[in-house]
Amino acid sequence: MSKQDLPDNLSPSAEEIRQEFLNGARNTIPLIVGAIPFGIIFGTLSVTNGLSPWTAMAMSLFVFAGSAQFIAVGLLAVGSSPAIVILTTFIVNLRHLLYSASLVPYVNRLSQRWRALLAFGLTDESYAVVANRYFNRPDSPASHWFFLGSVVAMWGNWQLCTLIGISLGKLIPDMSNWGLDFAMSVTFIGMVVPYIRNNPMLAAVVVSGIVAWLGYPLPHKLGLMLAALSGVAAGLLCARYCPANSNEPASDEVAP
Amino acid sequence: MNDILLITGMFAATFPVRYILFALAGRFNFPATVSDALAYVPPAVLTAIIVPAVLMPSGETDASLQNPYLSGALIAIGVSWLSRNLLLTIIVGMTSFLLLKHLVF
Repeated sequence: MSKQDLPDNLSPSAEEIRQEFLNGARNTIPLIVGAIPFGIIFGTLSVTNGLSPWTAMAMSLFVFAGSAQFIAVGLLAVGSSPAIVILTTFIVNLRHLLYSASLVPYVNRLSQRWRALLAFGLTDESYAVVANRYFNRPDSPASHWFFLGSVVAMWGNWQLCTLIGISLGKLIPDMSNWGLDFAMSVTFIGMVVPYIRNNPMLAAVVVSGIVAWLGYPLPHKLGLMLAALSGVAAGLLCARYCPANSNEPASDEVAP
Repeated sequence: MNDILLITGMFAATFPVRYILFALAGRFNFPATVSDALAYVPPAVLTAIIVPAVLMPSGETDASLQNPYLSGALIAIGVSWLSRNLLLTIIVGMTSFLLLKHLVF
């Protein structure tokens, strides 16, 4: 329950700490490669959509939540209020509750300072790497250094890519007229399509898309929230009531 | 000022969510419905952003293939469906869109 539960003779050596930290960083490299275009596009989109470079950088430094940051830029670009952005951020981040729940047994012995540090860096990518290490290899007194190695690598890369993206967006100010706003749509499409592996997920996406389209005229982008909640409800209902192999016809118009 | 509020708010909507269960000791079992529902959140929110952006880029619905946002999106969906590769989807989708927007229509 507290760090006192870890006997002193289990204190890791400096060499163990170094090994775990480096392994954590190394195992995160493939996910970093995937995150590079995201970071650059985030930086570019934020400054071409009216965010100040400082705001974009601060978002990467302190919020450090890729999909929430993208959604925030998208929402701000279409004139949403900060309250809507913050509420949406919260909802988008709720999945992290599940991540942290599954890691609780492994961080229980750490001090609150360590837990806070690791929680700050609990992105989708680091979760994937760290959960794999905890679930598939024996725990060690230095395993939290593996977690930290993954977090530091992800975080450092995210800052660098954001900075590159901001610079590109600033150097080429005309970029916003190139139709780069489509970059966000295409990135999101590349993220959403792999989710669609079953009928409930298809139902969630199709219903969310239709409601977002119909609800577009609602003020404060409330159509978006309504759409997301309808999509979630549709997914849950379909999971309960759809026949396992029915072919749900998808509307061509709104099929992302 | 508004920006500081925004960043602070987004931080407050991110970090505590990641930290709360770490902070509280013990195991947690979510009600099955809650954990099931959370799985649909990212694709539902992302879709709700994509659809108006590509279907009504100027604020009015334009469901024709002459709309490069829509045709580019359909190409990207195809590439993503076949390849499951994000980077390829971004490159092919973006290239098709730019060609359609600036050279074709």
